[in-house]
Amino acid sequence: MIEIINLYNTFGKTTALKDVSLYLPAGSCIGLIGPNACGKTTLIKNILSMVVPTKGEILFEGKNIKGDVLYKNNIGYMPQIGRYPENMTVSQVIKMIKNIRKYKGTEDKELYDAFGMEKIAEKKMRTLSGGTTQKVSATLAFLFNPTVLILDEPTAGLDPISSEILREKIIKEREKGKLILITSHLLSELDDLLTNIIFMEESVVVFNKSIKTLFEETGEKRVSKAIHTLLKSGAAS
Amino acid sequence: MKGITTFIISDILKNRIVLLYTLVLCGFSWSIFSLEDNVSKGILSMLNIILLIVPLVSVIFANIYMYNSTEFIELLVSQPVKRSSIWNSLFIGLAVALNAAFIIGIGIPIMIFIAPKTALVVILAGILLTTVFVSIAMLCFILMRDKAKGIGLSIMLWLFLSLMYDGLVLFFMFQYADYPIEKIMVILSALNPVDLARIQVLLQIDVAALMGYTGAIFKKLFGTPVGYMTSLLLMMFWILIPYLLSLRLFKKKDL
Repeated sequence: MIEIINLYNTFGKTTALKDVSLYLPAGSCIGLIGPNACGKTTLIKNILSMVVPTKGEILFEGKNIKGDVLYKNNIGYMPQIGRYPENMTVSQVIKMIKNIRKYKGTEDKELYDAFGMEKIAEKKMRTLSGGTTQKVSATLAFLFNPTVLILDEPTAGLDPISSEILREKIIKEREKGKLILITSHLLSELDDLLTNIIFMEESVVVFNKSIKTLFEETGEKRVSKAIHTLLKSGAAS
Repeated sequence: MKGITTFIISDILKNRIVLLYTLVLCGFSWSIFSLEDNVSKGILSMLNIILLIVPLVSVIFANIYMYNSTEFIELLVSQPVKRSSIWNSLFIGLAVALNAAFIIGIGIPIMIFIAPKTALVVILAGILLTTVFVSIAMLCFILMRDKAKGIGLSIMLWLFLSLMYDGLVLFFMFQYADYPIEKIMVILSALNPVDLARIQVLLQIDVAALMGYTGAIFKKLFGTPVGYMTSLLLMMFWILIPYLLSLRLFKKKDL
């Protein structure tokens, strides 16, 4: 569904991505993990063309995304830190995005209801707490039935109950055959979500494996342990 | 794009600062024209407001608005909207809102108090200046990631175009007073949007005669239909060049 070919990204002297090539097929739930500043968010921003690649290209359903914007109609994006116009209310933000996307289909109101957005609909974005802002981001990402979901640290800042709601929603969407890309540090949360794992370190992809092969290779049954074992044994590099 | 533009215009118009700006301009123009019997003198007083305050408010307001919209821009870029339409919407939104304030605050009183042709030139000068400085503000925003630096740069540019440029031209004129420098003077003045606006307005009232030989040359060059068109064209360049430059930079900007 999304193909990344020899992607490079440099900002001045720092390199954020170095020769990244990946294929992200539909129907998979991919965990993008790695230490801080390893290029996860940059990779995501490249897919959304919020950052322009220095070299290389990205194909969405076989079409180069360069100069195209309509492919974003198929993407729901939940940023790491949602930043919204301060003076707009929650309902205004939702309405505006709906307007921009010219969305005509039925809205997926599941998260909207589960997070109790109705209650805060008339509140200004400025007055919301970090966690509530994350809920708005999550609601917006799922609202327009996108075929691809890109979630950057989705559970950071969410309370346990809301995290669980989001988790269940992610599993549900995965079953529908959507492509889901998640970055997270909390490896324990990813256990029964993921089908594939991409591990990045210092701007390069270290490995890209399905959960099955990962477990088979390491003999572990949990994502966090499996990755530890793999990194310790040096098999990754 | 239409949706974003209307959103931005309504957002700016809801802002109390623009309302205050309109009221201040209104206050200035009504009091000047009610106190001053001589229309020419009235226009001269208005000229200072149009040449100094209008560009200053336009450039600072537009610049701060851009910095405050960083989140909004980020949100839009992650959605299926072309970057060029985001930028166009911001430009049109700011230009329309600030020009509306100018037209209500100064345009209407001027239409009431002075002759239609002169009024038209004064209003056109104000509209073009407002738009030029919105365009400059957007360029400053894209050049500087830091808010303080961006606002500083836009104030510096305003200071340079509104005050320092004239000082430099005057200095140059005194230094080379013994030489026939009228043509160079004309060219130098034509390069500055504020000077262009000033000359066009002054040519509408009789003070051009007071400016001596240079005034006569100005009248000869700028007072003709060709002169009007050239001034208009140069002003357009002042709007388009900073704007297109900022658009180019925005298309490549990493958010």
